[in-house]
Formats: sequence, C-alpha cells, structure tokens
Amino acid sequence: MDVILENLPLYWNGFLRTLFLSAVSGVIALVLGTLLAAARVSPVAALRGFSTVYVEVLRNTPLTIAFFFAAIVLPRLGVKFEQFEVAAIIALSTYTAAFIAEAVRSGVNSVPVGQAEAARSIGMNFGQVLNLIILPQALRTVVPPLINILIALVKNSSVAGAFFVLELFGYGRQLANANGDAVIPVLLGVAFFYLLLTVPLGILASTVERKVAIAR
Amino acid sequence: MSSVLYDVPGPKARRISLIGSIVGSLLILGLLAWIIMTFAQQGIFEGRRWQIFTRADVWTLLANGLGATLSAAALAAVIAFPLGLLLCLLRISDAAFIRIPTRVVLEFLRGMPVVLMMLFVLLGFGTSPFIAVVTGLVLYNSAVFAEIIRAGIQSLPKGQREAGLAIGLTSFKSRMLIELPQAIRRMMPSLVAQMVVLLKDTSLGYIVAYGELLRAVQVMADFLGTQFLFPIFFVAAAIYIAINILVSRIAVWIERRGSKKAAGGVAKAEPEAAEAAVP
Repeated sequence: MDVILENLPLYWNGFLRTLFLSAVSGVIALVLGTLLAAARVSPVAALRGFSTVYVEVLRNTPLTIAFFFAAIVLPRLGVKFEQFEVAAIIALSTYTAAFIAEAVRSGVNSVPVGQAEAARSIGMNFGQVLNLIILPQALRTVVPPLINILIALVKNSSVAGAFFVLELFGYGRQLANANGDAVIPVLLGVAFFYLLLTVPLGILASTVERKVAIAR
Repeated sequence: MSSVLYDVPGPKARRISLIGSIVGSLLILGLLAWIIMTFAQQGIFEGRRWQIFTRADVWTLLANGLGATLSAAALAAVIAFPLGLLLCLLRISDAAFIRIPTRVVLEFLRGMPVVLMMLFVLLGFGTSPFIAVVTGLVLYNSAVFAEIIRAGIQSLPKGQREAGLAIGLTSFKSRMLIELPQAIRRMMPSLVAQMVVLLKDTSLGYIVAYGELLRAVQVMADFLGTQFLFPIFFVAAAIYIAINILVSRIAVWIERRGSKKAAGGVAKAEPEAAEAAVP
C-alpha cells in the first residue's frame, strides 16, 4: 500500500496520459469510423470496396501488430516521430475506427426497412429520410455499442505502454520492476486506475441502453 | 437498406456515380502508389531482402512462433469456455449471495486490460510467460463468455424456463437441459467472434516475452539484421490476419446457417452478432 501512496504522482501522470491517448484516439476513430461507415453504404463502388477491405483487414489485425507496425516498422521506413505518442495514436485510432464503422453500419441496418419505405412513400427525399427517420432511430441502437468500443479503447491503450509510451501500464511496468517485493500491490494500483475509467463508462453504457431501448 | 433510401438511379445519376467511382479509385490507387514509392526508396523491394525466405530456418522460426500462438489460444479457449459457463450459472443464480459477488468479479475482469492481467500473473506469481499468457486470456475471456451466454439465456422466451419448472425440473436442471442448449446455439456467432478476439489477444504475449509469432519476428530481426525487419514482419502479419479472417468467416457462416434454420419458427438470434464484436 505504501508503494502506491509514495508513487501516487507517477500513477496520476500515467492516468492522465492514458486519458489523453484514449480521448484523442477516440475522437479520431469516431470521425474516421463514421466516414468509413458512410463510404460503406455510398453509391460509389470504389469507396464501398475500400471501406470493406479496410474494415475487414483492420478488424482482424491484432492490436499488438498495429502497434509494432506504427512504433517499430514505420521509423525504419523513414517515418520518424518526435514522440511515440503519435505512433500510439495512429495505431489505436486506425484500429478502433474499423470497429466503429461496423457498429454504425449495423445500427443503420437495424432500422426496419418499413420505416424507410413509409418515409419514401409519403414523398420524402433521400436527405429527409436519412435525417428525420433513419438516423434518429439508428443512433439509439448505436450509442451503447459505441460506448463499449470506447471502453475497449481505454483498455487497449495499455498496449502503448509496451511501445515506449509512459502511460498507466508503462509506469506500472516500471514500478513493478523497481519494487520487486511489492509487485502485487503496484499492479493492483494500476488496475484500480483502469477501473476508475472503465466501470463508470460501463454503467453509462447500460443506463443509456435501458433509457433508449425501444420495443421492436 | 440502402436500396430503399433513394430511387433507382437514372442515366445521369449513374454517370455521376461512375465518374465518382473512377475518381475514387484513382485517389486510392494514387495513395497506394505513393506508399509503394516511399517503401521502394527505402529499398524494401530489393531482392536480397526477400531472399531470406529461401532459408529453411526462417520458416522454422516462423512456424515455431505460429505454433506458440495457436497452442496458447487453443489451451485458453478450452479452459475459458467451461469456466465462462460456470460463471454464467453463478451470475444468474437465484441466491443473491452468489449472484452479486460473481457480478462484481465479472465487472472487475471485464474492465481490466488483458495485458495487465498477464503481467500480473507473470511478475506477481513468477510463472512462465506461457502460463501468464494463458491465464490472462482465460480470466478475461471466461468473463466475456459468461456475459455472452447470459445474454443468450435472457433472450429466450420466459415460457422456456417456466415450462421446465412446471414439469418438475429443478432450477439447475431447467438451466442445463432447457435453457443453456438453446442459448449457446443462439449465441454461437458471438462465441466464435470472441474466439477471434482471443486469438488476436495472444499477440499480447509479445509484451510479456512469450515466444509467439510477433516475438519470433523481433528475434529474427535482431539476429539477422534490421534490414530484414519489414519482410519478416510483413509475412508474419499476413499469416496472423489470414488466420483471423478465416475464423471470422466461420463465424459469419455459422450465423447464416443458423438464421436459415431459425426461419422455421424458432426465435432468431441477435442481428449481426458476429459483426458487432468488441475489439
């Protein structure tokens, strides 16, 4: 317990960096993922094909491979980073975007076809159908899975600790090596800080799910 | 869905869409060409860099790495599934003093990075990396399996359990004989999708120094020289991704097969469960 209290500033630093990595990657991934989902349903075949291939490949790539590529292989190919945070953000956001694209797409698909047909039959155009009928309904089903993806993102940011970024896991590993006799308390401290982020998000996800649930 | 959102495109819209397709393709091709040019400037495509793949020992090391990856994943899956089943039964137990602690444990396990659990086992208990990797995977994935199966049981019509109890089965027997078989069949796509996640997560073994595929890449690059890093990495990544895509396809196939059968009147599984797995 003393180890945790003594190193509280380090934990706090790590916690803030984890928060920073997750927030920046989360925002980039949300934007990229939504664009990919839009490309997936667009009438332009090339965009559709690109989006499909991107999602299929990235979803099946282990995150460690993505990190290894961004942090170790890319610098060898002449792409130099000032800070390894950039590599971590690239790996995390490109990886997470694929999952967000899938979630958004399946949200749109979950709206019964009859809704769109009814809207079309009363004379709405494409923009109206999408904005007034489909998206408001799709959003309700999309938000809980999106929060779950963001929870996974927070947990996944721990991999950055192994690729030269000192965030929560990185500090934890350092502290564990420095305090060989108190490994278990040190790592339980790290666990506590992760739970501080993931558990409230999890509660939020289930609350939202209950609030917006619609009987179908 | 997209087909009902707008009218069948006329000749003008089709022309615009065709032009858009061509412009889009050109942009993507241009991006790819730029990447390939950049790589070529670094000498990635020189033959001597790829000649190492004519050496048998490179393939042996890659195969060893792949073997380590697959054996950790297989062992973890075999342990995690029954454990997940058990945790699920505890989680939905009628007794609150069993249900609530299990719920806390499950939340704890699911809210934790897998790599942290691996490190915890490795350093905290001084085990071998293999045991650390398998334990980390088992702890996390059994919790996820438990939640998936629970979701399956809850999606069953209430009458299933009521009928089971009404014909005199005990609560436990009704779970085992009536509910679980239906729930597991229903959630099969999600379970297989979670297998892909498990397989992907074995690559975290790299961080705790387990000699899996990615670690084999690193070792070979250190040993043979960093100019071979990219070719070896490329091949290893391709192997990993190919295996994962294969298992994902199996999940989708099971889902299609299941939903065809379900058309006869049995309630349908969650839509696109296999697609909606969490990273």
